[in-house]
Amino acid sequence: MLFNKDSWKEIFDTIKKNKLRTFLSGFTVAIGILIFIILFGLGNGLENSFKTFFTDDKVNTIRLYPSSTTIPYRGYESQRRIKFTNSDLVDFQEKFNSRIEDIVVRNTFYFQMKYKERANNYSIRAVSPGHQEAELTIIMKGRYLNEGDITNRKKHAVIGRLVAEDLFQDEDPIGKYIFGSGHSWKVIGVFQDEGGDREERNLYVPYTSMQKIQKNNDEINQMIVIYDKNMSYNESLILEKDLESYIKEKKFISPDDNRGVYISNTGEEQENSRQFASVLSIIISFIGIGTLVAGIIGISNIMVFVVKERTKEIGIRKAIGATPNSIIAMVLQESIFITMISGYLGLVVALIILNGIGDNLMDKYFISNPYIQTSNAVWATIILIFFGALAGYLPARKAAKIKPIIALRDK
Amino acid sequence: MIEIKKLNKSYVIGKNSLHVLKGIEVSIKKGELVAIMGSSGSGKSTLLNIIGMLDNYDSGSYHLDNVPIKDLDETKAAKYRNQFLGFIFQSFNLINYKTAIENIALPLYYQGISRDERQKIAFEYLEKVGLGDWSEHLPSELSGGQKQRIAIARALASQPKVLLADEPTGALDSTTSEEVMALIKKINKEGKTILVVTHEHEIANMCNRIITLKDGVIVTDIQTS
Repeated sequence: MLFNKDSWKEIFDTIKKNKLRTFLSGFTVAIGILIFIILFGLGNGLENSFKTFFTDDKVNTIRLYPSSTTIPYRGYESQRRIKFTNSDLVDFQEKFNSRIEDIVVRNTFYFQMKYKERANNYSIRAVSPGHQEAELTIIMKGRYLNEGDITNRKKHAVIGRLVAEDLFQDEDPIGKYIFGSGHSWKVIGVFQDEGGDREERNLYVPYTSMQKIQKNNDEINQMIVIYDKNMSYNESLILEKDLESYIKEKKFISPDDNRGVYISNTGEEQENSRQFASVLSIIISFIGIGTLVAGIIGISNIMVFVVKERTKEIGIRKAIGATPNSIIAMVLQESIFITMISGYLGLVVALIILNGIGDNLMDKYFISNPYIQTSNAVWATIILIFFGALAGYLPARKAAKIKPIIALRDK
Repeated sequence: MIEIKKLNKSYVIGKNSLHVLKGIEVSIKKGELVAIMGSSGSGKSTLLNIIGMLDNYDSGSYHLDNVPIKDLDETKAAKYRNQFLGFIFQSFNLINYKTAIENIALPLYYQGISRDERQKIAFEYLEKVGLGDWSEHLPSELSGGQKQRIAIARALASQPKVLLADEPTGALDSTTSEEVMALIKKINKEGKTILVVTHEHEIANMCNRIITLKDGVIVTDIQTS
């Protein structure tokens, strides 16, 4: 019956001659799909914007600061100050080599920098080259510190945009010497930072050069562990724990001591953003499912109405020889045909609208590049068609069972 | 053609049972034109529905062209109706969105006859009932008499053994009624067995045999001609 050419001709005939009915059920499905795809697409667009604002390009870091112990351990008294040194850096790097990208040094100082007659106090960060990645420093002019600067203990400085404005005004700072902490520093680069004005009032110098100035010590005040971006939040927590126990053992700090070493994981912020994003996508899914359910109810209503309207026709057809199965097949084929065609139309129109929106809503509504996965769109259409058919099937089966004499009495 | 013996039918309404047909015995031969008369509630419509396989009966027997008709499922009933019977209703029961010729062709569709063949046969019957020029008209564009003639053509198109007419002139004026009855008589003369349920004596008198029912039993069964 389903692939009988003649029965399809009969269906097309019926469809053509019952335009209002065809329009109503077709329109319901098309609109259902259209609204579903557009809402879902816009929701995805909102999620896109959120991701760009809060999660993209953030580097995942764990910060390590040595401090004083509070519990006596292995013959050491409490209140012992823990120190990190250059050899610790090498040990840490070797030990955690497989799970981290880099361990970066940051020793912070605060002193006056002077160029010609202009001078000001700045925070000086004595760092290793990897610090650029950890802080997402953007070079405007010249270059950042490199390994050569570290090994050769060069007195080089990369200065913030605002430092350059303060000290050099309109002059080009690159290659000029500034004076601070009793030494001259050659400016090799100027940077900007999305972190804002405060960040742009910093200077970066090689940590080895500062150690040399500081009576040639090898102390490190802060290490920043950069770990793999793809590492999950839980994996980063494990890494954090492993780092802590390794350091505590190496530095003879009691495992029960809450101090001795401070560890903070920026992954936590990331995790919060991620949770917010997942709440957002749950809300979007609810909107999508809600629209779909509304569409299903709509098409079901129409199908019940359509079969009710055709009760008498079904009675006539049965009286002149239609079997119950042929009645059900007739109703189903018609409804599936209409919902498929109109579902497809709704799908295409909705995709065109979504494409048309693009980034136009970005400024006002924070919706960027709304989209829907093809599989989601197709599934939604299939679900709607399926429920449309089911909603037609149940009353059609009932109508096909009614004795024709009863259906004929129905006016 | 039709053999009915000790036919009983009751309707159960709540706790009460209404005995509608009480042991009907009737035999109708091929080529007869029979009127079934009776006031409303006499059981005449129930009898026609049972003969037309639109309703079941409780006990007794019913043979149509030597085929026993009893407890048919809907699929089988549909098949038999399509093969054996043509229906003519008081309210015509044409499908309103189909043209005259499409209505006539519909029983042939359920017989699995090809589209071209259906068209050809349907047109023959359309001409037979004198509406050859009206093939593409919808029922709403036809008069009552024309609609009933289309319905008759539809009933004939499947070449049934028996034609069942339930108050075929009930919705028509007297002139049109006569025309329709003349057509029915003409079809009968060509050899078709026809049963007409009516409460009008004039209509019944045009038939060869009149069976009168009262309270579920046959009270008279007379040959008129």
